[in-house]
Amino acid sequence: MKQLRPLIITNGTIVTPKGMTEGAIRVENGVIAAVGSGIAAQDGDETFDAGGKLIAPGLVDLGVFAINKPAFHFGGITRAALMPDQSPPLDYPSRVNFIAKSGKPDLWVHPLAAATSGLAGSQLAEIALMKEAGARGVATGRGWIADSGVMLRLLQYAAMLDLVVVAHAEDGSLVGEAAATAGEIATRLGLPSAPAEAEALALARDIALAEMSGARVHFRQVTTARGFDLIREAKARGVNVTCGITPAHFMLSDLATADFRTFTRLSPPLRCEADRQAARVAIGDGTVDVISSGHDPCGPEGKRLPFADAESGMAGAATLLALTLGLVRDEVIDTPRALELLSTNPAKLLGAGAGALVTGNEADIAVIDPDAPWFVDRTKMEATSDNTPFDRQGVQGRVKALFKGGVKI
Amino acid sequence: MTGSDSSQTQNRFPAGRLAFPHRDLTGIGQLERHEIFYLLDQAEQWVELNRQSAKHAGLLGGMTIINAFFENSTRTLLSFEIAGKRLGADVVNMHAAQSSVKKGETLIDTAITLNAMRADAIVIRHGSSGATQLIADKVDCPVLNAGDGQHEHPTQALLDALALRHKLKERGESGEDFTGMTITICGDILHSRVARSNILCLQALGAKVRVCAPPALVPSGIEAVGVEVFHNFDAALSGTDVVMMLRLQSERMSGQFIPSEREYHHLYGLTKARLQSAAPDAIVMHPGPMNRGVEIDSEVADLLDRSIITQQVEMGVAIRMACLDILTRSARGVEGWV
Repeated sequence: MKQLRPLIITNGTIVTPKGMTEGAIRVENGVIAAVGSGIAAQDGDETFDAGGKLIAPGLVDLGVFAINKPAFHFGGITRAALMPDQSPPLDYPSRVNFIAKSGKPDLWVHPLAAATSGLAGSQLAEIALMKEAGARGVATGRGWIADSGVMLRLLQYAAMLDLVVVAHAEDGSLVGEAAATAGEIATRLGLPSAPAEAEALALARDIALAEMSGARVHFRQVTTARGFDLIREAKARGVNVTCGITPAHFMLSDLATADFRTFTRLSPPLRCEADRQAARVAIGDGTVDVISSGHDPCGPEGKRLPFADAESGMAGAATLLALTLGLVRDEVIDTPRALELLSTNPAKLLGAGAGALVTGNEADIAVIDPDAPWFVDRTKMEATSDNTPFDRQGVQGRVKALFKGGVKI
Repeated sequence: MTGSDSSQTQNRFPAGRLAFPHRDLTGIGQLERHEIFYLLDQAEQWVELNRQSAKHAGLLGGMTIINAFFENSTRTLLSFEIAGKRLGADVVNMHAAQSSVKKGETLIDTAITLNAMRADAIVIRHGSSGATQLIADKVDCPVLNAGDGQHEHPTQALLDALALRHKLKERGESGEDFTGMTITICGDILHSRVARSNILCLQALGAKVRVCAPPALVPSGIEAVGVEVFHNFDAALSGTDVVMMLRLQSERMSGQFIPSEREYHHLYGLTKARLQSAAPDAIVMHPGPMNRGVEIDSEVADLLDRSIITQQVEMGVAIRMACLDILTRSARGVEGWV
């Protein structure tokens, strides 16, 4: 649905990359026409009173495994980049094209093209054709590409097409069938585990390959202290790498797995407490570029199993915003930085004209009450699945209104 | 049990609390020290009974015990079956190949099925860590862990403690607990639920525990559980009062974790000569089944004065009887066990 009348959102605190300002925001034809303090409604404008709350860009969720529109809208997400790990995988232009149109008009889905055919890690997929069909990036999927030669050629090709490569940072041969991070908890529980260094090994290789190829590489989840050090150092050298994290890894450590609760079975697995603390530091100091939900709903068939046999993944779209705002309350980051992590940076990586409230961008706008308290309740979750490790947790921050392209959802 | 024994038992747990407040036995990790003592003390009466020609106690008459074994087992299954039968219960064994469970019916559906058949206790062995807990959460009756993945095998650790206690008493030592003793567990610690349960149990009873294995077979972070890690078997044996050898699974032998059985035996096989490094009269244990000539030589395994491997098997039945008795007391309406 196209925006018919111009819209003005008044009486709020506007969160922009430059900081927070009191004022209003005016939208015409689905695009932000004016932002700031001196903006007034014109004749025929539709007016929305933000009630003194935050006016923020809609969230851009980079790297989800499924789309549940109600959950995404509840969480303030107006765009999501879908991982190619679908059935069948997004390794063919027509599938990419179908996905690119699937969420419109009120949720834009940006497909990430499978890097290799069938995500098998051996043969390059038709990336250029998939780009033309609407792919906004390339992804290696849930796993890493073991063959360094394939990975280098992929990065060179993606660099030529100026597509970001979303990579999974875990050395597959070290990980094997592991369900946990090696350490005291995994040992006590008797879970098959892999050393946390599997991440650093994968990062070290892919950073070197990124440097050689000049490709833009985004590591979807970096979760260990060693990993953050490698990213920091690579960025300082000018390598074109970015990294993300999901709330699970800055909120929980492997202690949360101690009762074999399969909702905490994730990929990569939860790490030790020191790594969790390192993640919070890395979010604070700018090493981390993106916070995403990693939304990966999973029904009881996949989760009501012994821990090591269960599927990995968590439903996260509904809780992404509130858990990230928790970092603001903990004084790890401020509000503009939170929205930069949730919206601006992922939009930039995808080349989407959104993610920041500046003139000319798509009018994807969330009106957020950052203090509104609520309980995460999986029985009420707006998703086809309810596998959240944060069940019964009290959180703050809730979307009061959401606009996609200037149209209220 | 004699009168003095039972008064000691009472002294061991805090007044006003239940001797054993758990519905299930999923692991040693859930137990307090006094609860372990209680289980061991309660098993003594069954050791006595099992040595008589008429080995029947009708305690569990009319009750149904299901042994649900999702992983192959001979001795543990047999031991649980005998324990149940000697207590007078109807014992049913369910063998389920794990693959069929993984493919079709979920473990929880299986658990619900067993529950619907009104079992009075379910004994579970499963190849995945945490499987017993998962089932225990879904059924209404007591659940006993007979080994879950690489997590725990609590009755094995309890029977090991009981066998050791008997051996110490036979030698004229007190044997009440293992304070001051050093016990070395040698073998595939990484994949061993027996090792995990034993470490927790022996430590709770006061022993210092060492583990010994090549690095690839030592789980990371095991030091945090309070054990001392050795890679050199002779060094580990020095000053050791009890040597507990673990079975080397032949499927780990394919060069993935260790190069060959021959090399393993050279470095970690318990030979008579090597046993000299341990304390004089050191006791030899093995949870079985043994690979003679791989982790343990026959001449050590069969040492009458040192090896208590057969006694371990004997105590297994008594321990399992004690566990079944205690866990069904509430259902049987035994006074004081609500």
